[in-house]
Amino acid sequence: MHIPDGYLSPQTYLPLYAVSGCVLAVALKKVKTEVSTKEVPYLAMAAAFTFLIQMFNIPVPGGTTGHAVGAGIVALLLGPWTAVIAVSIALIVQALVFGDGGITAIGANIFNMAIVMPFVSYWTFKAVKGKRSGKKITNVASFLAGYLGLCIASLFAAVQFGIQPLIAHGADGRPLYAPYPLSIALPAMGIEHFLFFGIAEGLVTALLFSYILKHQDTPAYAMKGGIA
Amino acid sequence: MIAVTKKLWIGLVVLALLAPLGLIVPSVFNAEDAWGEWGTDTLQKVLGYVPERLKQTADLWKAPVPDYNFGSEDASLGAQSGSYILSALIGIGLAGGIVFGLAKMLVKKE
Repeated sequence: MHIPDGYLSPQTYLPLYAVSGCVLAVALKKVKTEVSTKEVPYLAMAAAFTFLIQMFNIPVPGGTTGHAVGAGIVALLLGPWTAVIAVSIALIVQALVFGDGGITAIGANIFNMAIVMPFVSYWTFKAVKGKRSGKKITNVASFLAGYLGLCIASLFAAVQFGIQPLIAHGADGRPLYAPYPLSIALPAMGIEHFLFFGIAEGLVTALLFSYILKHQDTPAYAMKGGIA
Repeated sequence: MIAVTKKLWIGLVVLALLAPLGLIVPSVFNAEDAWGEWGTDTLQKVLGYVPERLKQTADLWKAPVPDYNFGSEDASLGAQSGSYILSALIGIGLAGGIVFGLAKMLVKKE
């Protein structure tokens, strides 16, 4: 889901830079007022974790690969606003140092994986769990949080890919940027994420969440209430 | 809490050491790039052409460690695995370090 340079037109990546920049500014403000100094190491850990988990490429039928992102578990443990910061920094390091994701596409990649994903994960957990308590419902809710977070993020990326042929083509009718229309991009991205990578993300989220809930004495952000 | 924190840091380092699985498993199944992340060579092969503007901007940025690989593209899987572990450790240091510094600067609440 790391969109490389050249796949998005400026009409797409510039507005996404602007939106992501604004959300990041809000997130920094939230972190400043809500996070306490003793939680700072956890933020660092969260960024390191999302960086690492994205290195575990999983092959799927069709000859492509993909991976979990880790934004869901960070959103549940530390809150969606903190996840925005942690995942954004991981994505920026990936793009600048390792060429994973384009520099023109940083705004888009942050939007999909560091903004859409943690909020979808967080709200999914809240909606599924509701006021109920218990191990089973918590596991189901955290699995679905990771699963839907990644799947919905992949659809946003698919739309960004898929609208490129509509935005620009050359005199010969060939697309100038990402070549596949929505009718190909949406099913291609959707199927592999809903069938495979989403499940990996759900498992990572549910397993880590239950482990950390069991061993830690301070409550996870998602267990404390509040819609963001 | 302290004990858990230590365990989580150890977990991250173990994860970094296991990272080459993310390289080896796909290579066993001959799986290539993720959908939508192809290089211009692959696009040429699949489409028969490379979209014009895509070609102009694809190599805009020269990353110091492209594809988490310090060696050449056709280095052995063993050498690439070494690169991958080193990249993972650099990633922990950079991503974790930047967030730590940023949060330290911002957060004043005890």
